[in-house]
Amino acid sequence: MKLISPLRRSLLAGAVAMVSTLVALPLANAADPLKVGFVYVGPIGDHGWTYRHDQGRLAIEAEFGDAVETTYVESVSEGADAEGVIRKLAATGHDLIFTTSFGYMNPTLKVAKQFPDVKFEHATGYKRADNLATYSARFYEGRAVLGTIAGMMTKSNVIGYIASFPIPEVVRGINAFSIAMRKVNPDAEIKVVWVNTWYDPGKEGDAAKALIDQGADIITQHTDSPAPLQVAEARGVYGFGQASDMSQFAPKAQLTSIIDDWNPYYIERTRAAIEGTWSSIDTWTGIKDGMVGFPAYGESVPADVAAAADVVRDSIVDGSLHPFQGPIKNQAGEIVVAEGEVLSDGDMLGMDWYVEGVQGSLPK
Amino acid sequence: MSETVILTLLTIITAATPLVFAAIGELITEKSGVLNLGVEGMMLVGAVSSFIVVSVTGVDVLGVLAGVLAGMLLSLVFSVLCLTLQASQVATGLALTLFGIGLSALAGQSMIGVAYEGLPKLSIPILSELPVVGQLLFSHDILVYVSFALVAAVAWFLYRTRAGLVLRAVGDSHDAAHALGYNVVAIRYLATVFGGACSGLAGAYLSMSYSPMWVENMTAGRGWIALALVVFASWRPWRLLFGAYLFGSISILQLHGQAIGLDVPSQLMSMLPYIATILVLVLISRDRGKIRRNAPACIGKAFHPTT
Repeated sequence: MKLISPLRRSLLAGAVAMVSTLVALPLANAADPLKVGFVYVGPIGDHGWTYRHDQGRLAIEAEFGDAVETTYVESVSEGADAEGVIRKLAATGHDLIFTTSFGYMNPTLKVAKQFPDVKFEHATGYKRADNLATYSARFYEGRAVLGTIAGMMTKSNVIGYIASFPIPEVVRGINAFSIAMRKVNPDAEIKVVWVNTWYDPGKEGDAAKALIDQGADIITQHTDSPAPLQVAEARGVYGFGQASDMSQFAPKAQLTSIIDDWNPYYIERTRAAIEGTWSSIDTWTGIKDGMVGFPAYGESVPADVAAAADVVRDSIVDGSLHPFQGPIKNQAGEIVVAEGEVLSDGDMLGMDWYVEGVQGSLPK
Repeated sequence: MSETVILTLLTIITAATPLVFAAIGELITEKSGVLNLGVEGMMLVGAVSSFIVVSVTGVDVLGVLAGVLAGMLLSLVFSVLCLTLQASQVATGLALTLFGIGLSALAGQSMIGVAYEGLPKLSIPILSELPVVGQLLFSHDILVYVSFALVAAVAWFLYRTRAGLVLRAVGDSHDAAHALGYNVVAIRYLATVFGGACSGLAGAYLSMSYSPMWVENMTAGRGWIALALVVFASWRPWRLLFGAYLFGSISILQLHGQAIGLDVPSQLMSMLPYIATILVLVLISRDRGKIRRNAPACIGKAFHPTT
């Protein structure tokens, strides 16, 4: 494992472009370990998104031992900087490169065209090439399970939702949560607070306090730090973890959590690269394939609620339930997805409207 | 409803306190004529140090002291570079921030996911039993009281003591202060290290009270807001306290506004502290007399006793 720190990276930035044009791609020989590179948008210590990707990297090392050699570059901003970093990884003999944020899409595609012998994988994007695959997780499936629990456990019928940015990924989560919640509790409503950051523990905690002060007795979040859960614990209300099991921060308050589990995917793709069976595919999978997981329910979750949540989870796995299956009403109460229909992947990927049960209007 | 108002005010107090600490320290530093842009870095190193010490020893006081000490050490590095070796203050300050981000991330690697219940609330007997006022004024953790005391102490020091007068003289005209026989470099060392101690304390408050945990880059730009706040307050301690609470209120009330359903763009609210600072800069620039009265004239200028 080699660590390239942000500081060193910026110092190297100039040299990188030069070196990449001079150094020919070393030919991989069978005895050499497979070199796997990762590009992260945040610090590996965020205990959220990047942390989980890095767990996947460590899982590869644990699984393949000396057969792989991994490198990561953390806190790479999603601008021009990213292209240099990706190119550097490609030019230094990496065989398989994972770029783990949406904003790396175009830089990854550009570098992939220049290095046809290197395999690339881009998370959460939609542009592919012969040597560029894409992958993402259906986190909204997890939100449906959380919504079920929240709907059954709320007493004030107000759920506080701390949201990062008004992009389809986040809106989809809010809507999936609301639909599942209203199925078990038609009176419950969601108050959304946008904090305009993925990651600011202080602000996330403040948002949780504001929502609790306004009557929310369950908090859920689409931001990365455990701060909202800590606030929930201190104020005696409930909440859900994000990306990781966060129960150590809120042993009483955490009802459950959505766990991003990239490990099986990363292991599978690395194995394919080693065995020569790798091909460019698009993967968008969820609970069924273990990419979205849950820790054990918190001690505060009653047996009947746990059972109902299990039913939702299992029905999503066996396909009998789709989180966006009709009838679905928008905020005005009009039916937008008719009974018996489900929203297409394309509609979900571009989602920019709220369903019934969400208060306020979506910032544009 | 009144309960909601009280809770909101309590949240504002916790949001304003780290700004008060970081900004009041920087105010003293700048008043001595030194511009240290490394506040964010010093806060982070303070935050990680206090969290490490408190989770290893379990003693709150040691944690706070570790944060203060770490901030002081980092500001000492800055002082050696800028005051002794005459490096550029702006460049060194920025480097200090970048260094602090990296150093704190490295030091805190094993602290990720470690839980700590936070500084205990220090309820003052009898007084904290009072309705409304008791909850609002007399039931915080110790650092909140310290922040108020610190502002009062700094205001008294700057404008009511001889030492404060000397500090201001050094910041306004280091040549004149030097000619009068004052050790300009030594005084600036002290002022800068005081600023570092306060930034470290701000960091300790973040990781021990505000959101008791360590995660990388947890200051999330508060060091820069503190720097803006010093200018916003036109280098006056009580205005600084007011400004910190104003900035704190804006950030908290916009969250409440959203929860109520007001359609105010939250991005605009996030900009407000900076817009307010720019406005103040424009306003004080119109009146040159006001600048002279408050802004340290020698800010950012290198001084060497032999020249």
